[in-house]
Amino acid sequence: MTHIKTQYNRRSFIKVSAAAGGGMLIGFSWLNGCKPNTPEPEPGVAVPNEWFEINGYIKIGDTGMVTIYSPNPEIGQNVRTSMPMIVAEELDVPWENVVVEQAPLNTGWYQNQFAGGSLSIRLSWNALRMAGATGKRMLMEAAAKEWGLQVSDLTASEGIIKETNGERTIGYGEIASKAVGIEIPEEVALKEVKDFKLIGTSVKNVDGSKIVRGEPLFGLDFHREGMQLAMIQHPPAFGMKVKDFNEAEIKSMPGVKDAFIVDTSIAEPGGFDEKGFLQLIAIVGESTWQLMQAKKAIKANWEATSELESSDTHLRRLEKALVSGEVQESRKDGNPEAAFKKAAKVIERTYSAPFIAHNTLEPMNFFANVTEDSAELIGPTQTPEALEGSVSKLLGMPLENITVNMTRIGGGFGRRLYVHFGVEAAAISKKIGSPVKLIYSREDDMTQGTYRPTYRSVYKAGLDENNNLIAFTVKGAGLPEGPVFPNRFPAGAVENYSAEKIKAETNVTTGAWRAPRSNFTAGAEQAFLDEVAEAAGKDPIDFRLELFDRAIKDPVGEEHEYEAERYAGVLKLVKEKANWGETKQGVHRGVAAYFCHSTYVAEVFDMVMENGKPIVEKVWCAADCGIVVNKDSAINIIQGGVIDGIGHAMYSQLTFENGAPAQMNFDKYQLIRHSQAPKEIEVFFVENEIDPTGLGEPGLPPAMGALANALYKATGQRHYDQPFVTEKQVIG
Amino acid sequence: MAKFNLKINGKQQEVDVDPTTPMLWVLRDHLKLVGTKYGCGIAQCGACTVHLGDNAVRSCQLPVSAVGEQQITTIEGLSENGDHPVQKAWMEEDVYQCGYCQAGQIMNASAFLKSNPNPTDAEIETAMNGNICRCGTYTRIKKAIKTAANSQNA
Repeated sequence: MTHIKTQYNRRSFIKVSAAAGGGMLIGFSWLNGCKPNTPEPEPGVAVPNEWFEINGYIKIGDTGMVTIYSPNPEIGQNVRTSMPMIVAEELDVPWENVVVEQAPLNTGWYQNQFAGGSLSIRLSWNALRMAGATGKRMLMEAAAKEWGLQVSDLTASEGIIKETNGERTIGYGEIASKAVGIEIPEEVALKEVKDFKLIGTSVKNVDGSKIVRGEPLFGLDFHREGMQLAMIQHPPAFGMKVKDFNEAEIKSMPGVKDAFIVDTSIAEPGGFDEKGFLQLIAIVGESTWQLMQAKKAIKANWEATSELESSDTHLRRLEKALVSGEVQESRKDGNPEAAFKKAAKVIERTYSAPFIAHNTLEPMNFFANVTEDSAELIGPTQTPEALEGSVSKLLGMPLENITVNMTRIGGGFGRRLYVHFGVEAAAISKKIGSPVKLIYSREDDMTQGTYRPTYRSVYKAGLDENNNLIAFTVKGAGLPEGPVFPNRFPAGAVENYSAEKIKAETNVTTGAWRAPRSNFTAGAEQAFLDEVAEAAGKDPIDFRLELFDRAIKDPVGEEHEYEAERYAGVLKLVKEKANWGETKQGVHRGVAAYFCHSTYVAEVFDMVMENGKPIVEKVWCAADCGIVVNKDSAINIIQGGVIDGIGHAMYSQLTFENGAPAQMNFDKYQLIRHSQAPKEIEVFFVENEIDPTGLGEPGLPPAMGALANALYKATGQRHYDQPFVTEKQVIG
Repeated sequence: MAKFNLKINGKQQEVDVDPTTPMLWVLRDHLKLVGTKYGCGIAQCGACTVHLGDNAVRSCQLPVSAVGEQQITTIEGLSENGDHPVQKAWMEEDVYQCGYCQAGQIMNASAFLKSNPNPTDAEIETAMNGNICRCGTYTRIKKAIKTAANSQNA
């Protein structure tokens, strides 16, 4: 049995109790007017008369029903199910007895309450296990006290405590009241991985029945009696600012209560603050449709404050940066220049990708209720703590006067790491002196983004006369951040290697987009390696395995970021599962593997041509993310990553004309549709006992490479520039 | 503003709104039936799909003044207890990720299965192409539609 320091002590418990309002944590539940109109599904036990808070994660009812607070934002990665599963495992309660509530932002009790970097499970694994184990230990101590025994005389499982040498049993619900106030143990025992009963199984999404019944779950669904609605109008182009607008006319329009310019600038903005449009026209009213009409009637004077950039400006800047740009990070092993000179074959290719928008299907929105001395924020945010900080700066209000509650989030992909829409809602609420829900239209959402930067990278490889890879270089530029990870593969596997990450400037707002930088680099690098393997006359999997072999046996340089064994492991697993090497008439195969966010994923795509169109018939994925918490849900997120990767490599782009995005809605901006998705995606996991890493992002990057490689086999054409398909194919 | 008597989910509802207001906003803002989602406002994403009679329509493009006597069914009214075969299939296949588009997917799929109870994969794809899932749950949606079709035909 593993023993682990809880890092809790009496003082931290007191601090938590105070932060949570007198010992009882209040989770986020829907208030008046937005109550679910259908009954909750019946849990395994009766609804309790009384609840007892065991710690910040666990509340136990007198009937044995257990509430587990899920601390992190739910953006579709299913942490609202998987995080409580980890607590329930160590607490040892039947899952049927568990109900899940979303915890509010509470920095006193929880750490890392954010959804980003595929980190939720990875960073909270120990904290969640400890919370469960601590709860179990406290319940056992209470029972031991009750029976005049030692904890070592008892066992606890499935919500029931038993006397080892006797007949007595007691349910968690019956002893919970006595566990409240018991000293938090300084050390608790954690289960062995082999003893897990819940972790590793497939538990259905805790919000499933609410989703299929259309119950209010999302920020956009939130309603409070007396609240106003607001919409904003930002300048039409990056590099512009609002000067004035036809305020009187807008105010006189039907359903408009107020219209004004709101300033959302704050002192010392952080990494998650808006830096594009800080002054916005805001319109307030009670009906979304009337606000939309009023928005159309805005006649504003905009002034240019910096250059109005177009897509050709961006391309020129990237090309220039690749020649003479500022290198942000680099690595060099051996002497690539000399190696290229003596190489038998040298291959050089350039890859590019456009800006892309996140396009979460739920547009940006937030509820804010700002009073003289408090601010309440409710809505979809991936970074509640950053939002609290920014609102505090905006209002000049102490953090403790601000509360943030998280709704279920209709898609994140990195977009809601940025907090400006919450800050804007707070600024509007302050100005009108009433609670307000800010809603972005799809056009607002798509044209005031924090886009995936546009990238351009040049790869070069040298093969000797025996077709060994003797030199590999990559130079990659991005607006504004270069896409290169100098210490990732093939660093460590090639004698002569160099990597340069180069920056360039833009006034277009950019940010993290699902698997930042990897979402381009994986596709470019894996497509390039495919071409190099072909030039070497080697099988693409064997070629990669040779390189990993070098990194395992005789690594080049002092360090590299990946574990070559695990990297090779996913390739071997996918090779076996897909029967790689077997040829099927009319089926064209491509492979790719990538490591990011501490997880390894390899993918094989089978492509067929139907009426001259490439169709992905089947995808095999092998992933190594350590311990898998919720099996089917883990499969789901990898499948989604594959489809997202195909969609964005194949169809999506945001182009600019004079500072303005040329695509404003889904008529011009293409997203992948049903008929363009693979027919089948099968996912396999490497089984091990390594602490879990994340899955939200790692499924996407290799899909872009495997897609490019399968397309080459199917069509004979290499694709270097995303999106691969540019003609508009709108279906709808 | 004008008064409209609407038949929604088997109930008579009166609203006093601008006649150009799309049903999407009548449902969401005025009747607080927020299961029907806003995604694009131009009939490109399918998140706002409801049934007008037996047909799936995009409620963002359906002005309240055009509804007349026709019955509207929203996700909240698809079944009494969330046990429509399509809803059950969605739960069985654990389809959703963020879940935002799924009400629209379910409404589109349920109307489609009524007109085509035994669809081929290609027919499913064509029928569902107007509904975007940004998370990429398409393969699960297709599986759930087949599960629902099989349960209805059993």
